[in-house]
Amino acid sequence: MKMMTKFVSAVVLSMTCAVSMAAGGSYPWDKAPNRLNDNAALQNGAKIFVNNCLNCHSAKSMRYSKLTEIGLTDEQIKKNLLFTGERVGDMMTIAMTRADGTMWFGAAAPDLSVMARSRSRNAGPPGGDYIYTYLRTFYRDTTKPTGWNNLAFPNAGMPHVLWDMQGPRELTSTVVQQVEKDGQPAWEKVTTVYDPEGYWTSNTEPLVGYNGTASETHRFKALDPQLARQYDSDMADLAAFMTWMSDPSQLKRKQIGVWVLLFLGIFFVVAWRLNASYWKHVK
Amino acid sequence: MAGEKQVETTGALGWIDHRFPLTSTIKAHLSEYYAPKNFNFWYFFGSLAMLVLVLQIVTGIFLVMHYKPDAAYAFDSVEYIMREVPGGWFMRYMHSTGASMFFVVVYLHMTRALIYGSYRKPRELVWIFGVGIFLTLMAEAFLGYLLPWGQMSFWGAQVIVNLFAAIPFIGPELAIWIRGDYVVSDATLNRFFALHVIAIPLVLLGLVGAHIVALHEVGSNNPDGIDIKAKKDIYGRPLDGIPFHPYYTVHDIMGAAGFFIVFMAIVFFAPEMGGYFLEFNNFIPADPLKTPPHIAPVWYFTPFYSMLRAVTDQFTWVMAAAAGIAAVMMFFKTKGFWKIAVPVILLLIAVTMRTVDAKFWGVVVMGGAVVLLFFLPWLDHSPVRSIRYRPSWHKTLYGIFFINFVILGYLGTQAPTDVFNLMSQIGTVIYLGFFFLMPIWSRMGEFKPVPDRVVYHAH
Repeated sequence: MKMMTKFVSAVVLSMTCAVSMAAGGSYPWDKAPNRLNDNAALQNGAKIFVNNCLNCHSAKSMRYSKLTEIGLTDEQIKKNLLFTGERVGDMMTIAMTRADGTMWFGAAAPDLSVMARSRSRNAGPPGGDYIYTYLRTFYRDTTKPTGWNNLAFPNAGMPHVLWDMQGPRELTSTVVQQVEKDGQPAWEKVTTVYDPEGYWTSNTEPLVGYNGTASETHRFKALDPQLARQYDSDMADLAAFMTWMSDPSQLKRKQIGVWVLLFLGIFFVVAWRLNASYWKHVK
Repeated sequence: MAGEKQVETTGALGWIDHRFPLTSTIKAHLSEYYAPKNFNFWYFFGSLAMLVLVLQIVTGIFLVMHYKPDAAYAFDSVEYIMREVPGGWFMRYMHSTGASMFFVVVYLHMTRALIYGSYRKPRELVWIFGVGIFLTLMAEAFLGYLLPWGQMSFWGAQVIVNLFAAIPFIGPELAIWIRGDYVVSDATLNRFFALHVIAIPLVLLGLVGAHIVALHEVGSNNPDGIDIKAKKDIYGRPLDGIPFHPYYTVHDIMGAAGFFIVFMAIVFFAPEMGGYFLEFNNFIPADPLKTPPHIAPVWYFTPFYSMLRAVTDQFTWVMAAAAGIAAVMMFFKTKGFWKIAVPVILLLIAVTMRTVDAKFWGVVVMGGAVVLLFFLPWLDHSPVRSIRYRPSWHKTLYGIFFINFVILGYLGTQAPTDVFNLMSQIGTVIYLGFFFLMPIWSRMGEFKPVPDRVVYHAH
């Protein structure tokens, strides 16, 4: 009987996973704090990026020396961010080839130069929100080959590389869904708890007389809340850095833009008065 | 010397005028070209379209200096322009924003022509050259969109080139001939680059020249749709006309200033325009092995894309029925040889609509939606040009047409659902019905009297 329940809940779970996959990651994104104008945050993000991401992922459109635009000096870049004999003028490439990546991970880790931009949604949240959410919704799942799964990107190929920065966490997922019971549609609530080791227990309770909609809620409990809070802040910095990196001219662009519009505003007034002075004689 | 030209100018200008029609050209097209004095807001968009054309050519030249038309380098070379080339991001954003703004301006320019009847006799050729420009512009935009070599570039091109494969008999071969390969590839990228940078711009410039020459031959229409050449002063100048230079040059400078405020606000503060000017998916490099779940063309193609998607197998029943009704109507309306010929052709079309694959008819509807515009001067039978003197319900009809076009555009950006598909089918019927039934409805109703002189309120 116990085996039976486990089997059924596993089927249910795999079905809900399949659904969330098909929806292309329907998990709502958290709003990343806007730290684009905060150089200290961008520099911290750069440090985390170069130290952790830039081993499997490249950012081949990005030059190390570009980091001077977020306030780092060549000396600082050399001392803190270059480890294997690169020069400040080099691009952020990696030694791993795409073929290696495909062989080792099933799919080569994508280049991250413009990743933040590519994840933005039409007339919706920016890609930085996705990165912020993705890096904070890993949970241990022993059924996956990497031992990890992710809410924002179900069945992600990447394991939770930064797990030691976040500390152990427990996930409680509550899914309210409609199922077929004796040929009749019925509602049920499935509560699944993933412990910090990745072992899960699932509990299904029927909802009698429920007339709401299907829903999905996920709650993480950090065993080391302080560490997890610091991690959230670090990921906000990383998301900000990757957003900046995806279009490094954006800060300067917006500064120049103010002056351009100011000039055009004045030019428009001049053009408007010029036009009026010619046309006032036209009867 | 015998046969030497008599000119009024002296000095250097005189020397030139003896050998080249400089002064006379300036007079004919600017200082003594009389335009109606009652132009309103809608009349900015012609000169603005020229302005954007120049912007696209100039920024395009700088982009070509750094871009690499090679499938292995194209995507990275665009990022190279964005990061490494001084001012490269500015050129690139002006070019990408310019592409969308070109269509904004051209759509508004065409709207103006529609509501004021600027395509009516004697301006049929102005209109035909204009529709030619619109078609060429669509080709130019489509070809250019492949160049950044992102996922949307690649799959968009794949979808559109595959449309040609729907043509019976020659289709599949034609699609391969266009691509130069069995899939969109490096060969496709190279030829699209050549066409985008050389061939189409040359055609575009030629058509723009013809458009303006034709316009200056017959003179501009105006919001009242009145012929200003009918009333002239003792010097033979139109009473309601005003020299283009300086009056409309200073006017258009003001228009350009206003346009640049909008344009530069986009370039500097929202170059992606929320993913509608630069699609976010296009920042993922092209991957022939990974089809994106949702392939949407850029916004300016979406009304036509909706019409393409609307033509399902079921919808061909509607089209076949429409052709059948048209056959009956033409049988009673026409006389002589055409009484038999036209209905027979229409019935044959109705039959082929059910025998040839619906995909082909989708392509026909999409292409036909643009080609139909060429015939507009002969579809409109209203006794007045301007919407100002048409029956009020005509205005409602035009309003429905424009709103319908915008809705079709919205639907084209969305992933298809049953409801959306039905909506785009209704929208397609409205779009096609508006033009096909125009010979009937455009002469109906009570028209208002057209004044002798234009309506003009001094500034």
